[in-house]
Amino acid sequence: MIEPSVLVVDDEVQFVKTLVKRLVKRGVKVDSAHSGQQALDTLAGSGATRTDVVILDVKMPGMDGLETLAAIKEAHPLIEVIMLTGHATVESAIEGMKHGAYDYLMKPCDLDVLMNKLNQAAVKKREHEAKILEARATLIALRRGD
Amino acid sequence: MTSPDTAERSNPPRPRVRTVVIGLALIVLAPLVITGAINLQQFQVVYRNKVESELTVMIERQSFIVDSFIADRLSDVRIIAREHPIERLRDPDFLRQVLNLMREEYHGAFVDLGVVNEDGIQIAYAGPFNLEKADYSSAPWFELAFSKESYVSNVFAGLRGTPHFIVTTQRRVGDETYIVKATIDFEYFNALVEGIRIGDTGFAFIISRDGKFQTNPRFEVSLNRSPYAEILDGTMHADRIFIADGKDLLSRPSIFTFAPLKQGRWLLCYQQETADALDEVRKMVRLAIVALLVVATGALAVGYFVSGNLASRLAEADRERTVMTHQVIETGRLASIGELAAGIAHEINNPVAIMVQEAGWIDDLLHDDNPTSAENLVEIERAVGQIRTQGDRCKEITYKLLSFARKTDPSVRAVALNDMVGEVIGLTSQKTRYANVQIVTELSPDLPEIQASPTEIQQVLLNLVNNAIDAIDKPGGTVTVVTRAEGHAVVLEVRDTGAGIPEANLARIFDPFFTTKPVGQGTGLGLSICYGIVEKAGGTITVESEVEQGTTFTVSFPRESPKPAQPIDPTSEREGP
Repeated sequence: MIEPSVLVVDDEVQFVKTLVKRLVKRGVKVDSAHSGQQALDTLAGSGATRTDVVILDVKMPGMDGLETLAAIKEAHPLIEVIMLTGHATVESAIEGMKHGAYDYLMKPCDLDVLMNKLNQAAVKKREHEAKILEARATLIALRRGD
Repeated sequence: MTSPDTAERSNPPRPRVRTVVIGLALIVLAPLVITGAINLQQFQVVYRNKVESELTVMIERQSFIVDSFIADRLSDVRIIAREHPIERLRDPDFLRQVLNLMREEYHGAFVDLGVVNEDGIQIAYAGPFNLEKADYSSAPWFELAFSKESYVSNVFAGLRGTPHFIVTTQRRVGDETYIVKATIDFEYFNALVEGIRIGDTGFAFIISRDGKFQTNPRFEVSLNRSPYAEILDGTMHADRIFIADGKDLLSRPSIFTFAPLKQGRWLLCYQQETADALDEVRKMVRLAIVALLVVATGALAVGYFVSGNLASRLAEADRERTVMTHQVIETGRLASIGELAAGIAHEINNPVAIMVQEAGWIDDLLHDDNPTSAENLVEIERAVGQIRTQGDRCKEITYKLLSFARKTDPSVRAVALNDMVGEVIGLTSQKTRYANVQIVTELSPDLPEIQASPTEIQQVLLNLVNNAIDAIDKPGGTVTVVTRAEGHAVVLEVRDTGAGIPEANLARIFDPFFTTKPVGQGTGLGLSICYGIVEKAGGTITVESEVEQGTTFTVSFPRESPKPAQPIDPTSEREGP
């Protein structure tokens, strides 16, 4: 069982707070942001190296979920994104999936389901990273001619 | 689009029907009456001419008959006087023989036959009276009879005391002159004239020029009255057949016809009441009036039914249109709600998500190793408080939505526009937040109230604000809602800094079903409904727009009349919820 590192992005402050508490209680390392821009800032800072998964609300004022997703995927292609949507925005969640989101969840969501997805996403991300590391090692080995 | 004034609608259409019926009746009847009157007048003239010519013909024939009768009787006597020698004429037996023969021949027209000598002594006589040797020397006719070859007397009583007239002719034997004289039966002669009858009131008689009746008129006649008096005193000439109008003894209008007899010495008079003579005209008039009444009744009935039918159809159409208008407004409202729904759903989803999280958190804490630690209890208390807060938030949202979604109430009351603006902006807050639109209000603090249906005004505002938000296609736009009093009007302005409306569309934006939104996203009814509602409230709605600069909708309502208590229109109250 790995311990995923997560960034929660939602404009509902209270929602983020409680979710963070519950995730922490389950041994997840959590950062939080209340807008798309704040999330990008966090990732651009120290967050990028340790964040495996971003939980991203689709509908936010200012930079909305889809824009944020595009920006994250551009700057940090390996980070997995799980979209959170209300009923009326399933279409945008699907749109997000097409643009590289790992999965989507309908609000309000069951925490166990969320945990499950987080773990899967984190595993996938780590596997990707491992493969990249492996590829790099192979590349270096080839160069060195071993 | 606009529903007609409710007061006008509730009025029964009867007065209009009556006007239509009367108008129709006049249009139909006036020419009928006029042509009818002209025709009747014409007919009367023609018929009068016809009656006159018939009378002329009739009297001509009758006068000929009377004249010929007299002439024939005279010639009978002349033949007797000439044909037989005087000796035989002086023989009463022979005279009797001749008289019998003539009576047989002429059905008793002759009463008697006599021969009178120069001295006026009747020397021979055959007849019912004992007049042999009668002395006529002093009789008025004797002189005249002796002076003429032949003579026809007027009617007189004579020696026998009964009315009669005589025809005489001379017979000369050497230097002696005899008069052969025959008496014509008055009854016989009278019957000849009395038989002339037309209609119920027509009758004929003969008068002499000196105003004596020669036959008995069937009805009483006064010769002192017009036109007889004028004829007799020579004011009017009756040398030929002559027709005059006058009145009879009972003052009824009558037609008088005269024809000269016996070379003008007698007059054949014919008198008939005009109404009787023109009976056909009267029948015609009666027929025309009946026909007119029938046609008029028919026209009135048809007019009444047609216009009644028309009026009820109009009323039906009116009613249907009202229902339609109401339905359209309702549809528009539902569409607006649909547009709101997306925002609302997300809005309500957020507190729900928080509540679920908080409940889950409490759950987590309860499964803690030491759930009742002070720290946990504080946390649980906080979470419960948060659930309550979020529940209240949900309630507020549903209230807002419900307050809008409830059925349209068209009843008119005083509306404070500023409160309404606040309500609608609250309703659209979620939408503006996600669309990155700022809403600015410039509300006049002491705005007079307006008379309108609150739910309808709410719909107008919501449509305008929603449209304004939708018009802003890039982040950072502003929607400005302004209210102000302007003279006798209360003005509402909704301004956006959006894309603007191209001039080509500007003229059509209030048309129903005109929309530039993609299929399925706009009904095209919003603005047309606004237009209808504002018109109904007695206001106006105008639009100004510049592409890339923005659009301004200006709605102007009449300010509430100073009347203290406006009675609520009963029809709209009935339609209310």
